[in-house]
Amino acid sequence: MALKLASIFFTMILVDNYVLQKFLGICPFLGVSKKLDSAVGMSLAVTFVMVMATAATWPIYKFILSPEGSEGTPRDMAYLQTIVFILIIAILVQLLENILKKYIPALYKSLGVYLPLITTNCTILGVTILNLDNGYSFIESIVCSAGAGIGFLVAMVLFSGVRRRVEEANPPKCFEGLPITLVAAAMTSLSFMGFGGIVEAIFGG
Amino acid sequence: MNPILFAILVVFAIGLIGAIILVCASIFMYVPVDERVEQITGVLPGANCGACGCAGCADYAKNVVENGAPVNKCVPGGAKVAAEVAAIMGVEAGASQAVKAVVACSGTCDKTSKKYEFDGIHSCLAVKGLYGGDGACAFGCLGYGDCTRACAFDAIHVSDQGVAVVDRDKCTGCGACAKACPNSVISIVPVPPKRMKPVVMCQNKDKGAQTRKVCTAGCIGCMKCAKVCKLEAITVENNLAYIDQDKCVGCQMCVKECPVGVIHLPA
Repeated sequence: MALKLASIFFTMILVDNYVLQKFLGICPFLGVSKKLDSAVGMSLAVTFVMVMATAATWPIYKFILSPEGSEGTPRDMAYLQTIVFILIIAILVQLLENILKKYIPALYKSLGVYLPLITTNCTILGVTILNLDNGYSFIESIVCSAGAGIGFLVAMVLFSGVRRRVEEANPPKCFEGLPITLVAAAMTSLSFMGFGGIVEAIFGG
Repeated sequence: MNPILFAILVVFAIGLIGAIILVCASIFMYVPVDERVEQITGVLPGANCGACGCAGCADYAKNVVENGAPVNKCVPGGAKVAAEVAAIMGVEAGASQAVKAVVACSGTCDKTSKKYEFDGIHSCLAVKGLYGGDGACAFGCLGYGDCTRACAFDAIHVSDQGVAVVDRDKCTGCGACAKACPNSVISIVPVPPKRMKPVVMCQNKDKGAQTRKVCTAGCIGCMKCAKVCKLEAITVENNLAYIDQDKCVGCQMCVKECPVGVIHLPA
């Protein structure tokens, strides 16, 4: 059990990294990765919302939308998945915004416009839906979400370092700004391909 | 139970529970906001023109309250808004000079001609990119209405004569049109409290003969206005007259003297 959870956790970080392998959540990845501290803040906020969203959506899906044995009957409301999940994530983000505003105003300020953007962040919706698609149990889903969040953090932190180098470099005029950033992102993503199979080899998943 | 009805009820219930949680959260975790920010935002025109240098009216209000930004920065609101903001902040308003946009080009259809027929995107910026514009004069109003689209107050329109005209009653002097104009034909000129001061309604910096070829209304840089002005308020640089609005008293000697009639009061 523990081995399987560890396998899921590290797979999400290294092999199935949401940003670098599934290409979800590119907006904050490019937008907030300029500075290390706001990148870490954003990633922690995303991780928190991911885990909370999974903890809220998993039971709602399993017990309300699509209870066991309801597949194929009119009672099966799996088709409501997307709209209900977006609703729940929106509520959670609003809640998180209130909490941050009250207790951590510095982080609230530094996240600025990106916090409301978590609402429409596809990684969050992606994690919650893919957890169910993979047939994970509740505990596995939570671990998977935490892993995805940490994976997001790793990608952000790594890339903010890459970006600092890119910013100090002197690329050709036509590559300046976003183009060179996207090229660098592609190379970072490519380097993560090297982790393929490493988790299976260690945990025997 | 009807599955559609049930589905609607489920989504409604989830939304309702979420709403209740959010309402509770906003009550229990209420962060007091300085009420002056909201008051100032209410007083400001709300056009978000950015003439104050902030991202919008709400941002300016926040800057005034939290960072002590000057209260008279709102150009569209003018002295009235400055006084109201000052009253909310409890400080002196200071002088707020009224300004209005002036389109410095007299090149109407009968005065100048077209270099070529433009049949592309209806935008000054686009036509400017094609051999410096379709007008015979490379400095004049292009007449494709980039300023009209930039104006938040519906105060500038391209007349049927092909030159943009400012509606001075509606103009607030925010300068959005001046920024949008690719030929920088529009300038923001202070409105004197008493006597109106004339403006050189031309931007052509070519030599007189060259200017004369492309536009009969253009400034030819003949220096007559500079000579007639007793206050030395007029200088001619790059074959173009310029009136220093601070020195000018509005005697209008230059208006009478100008051989091409390019100096006149802003209409």
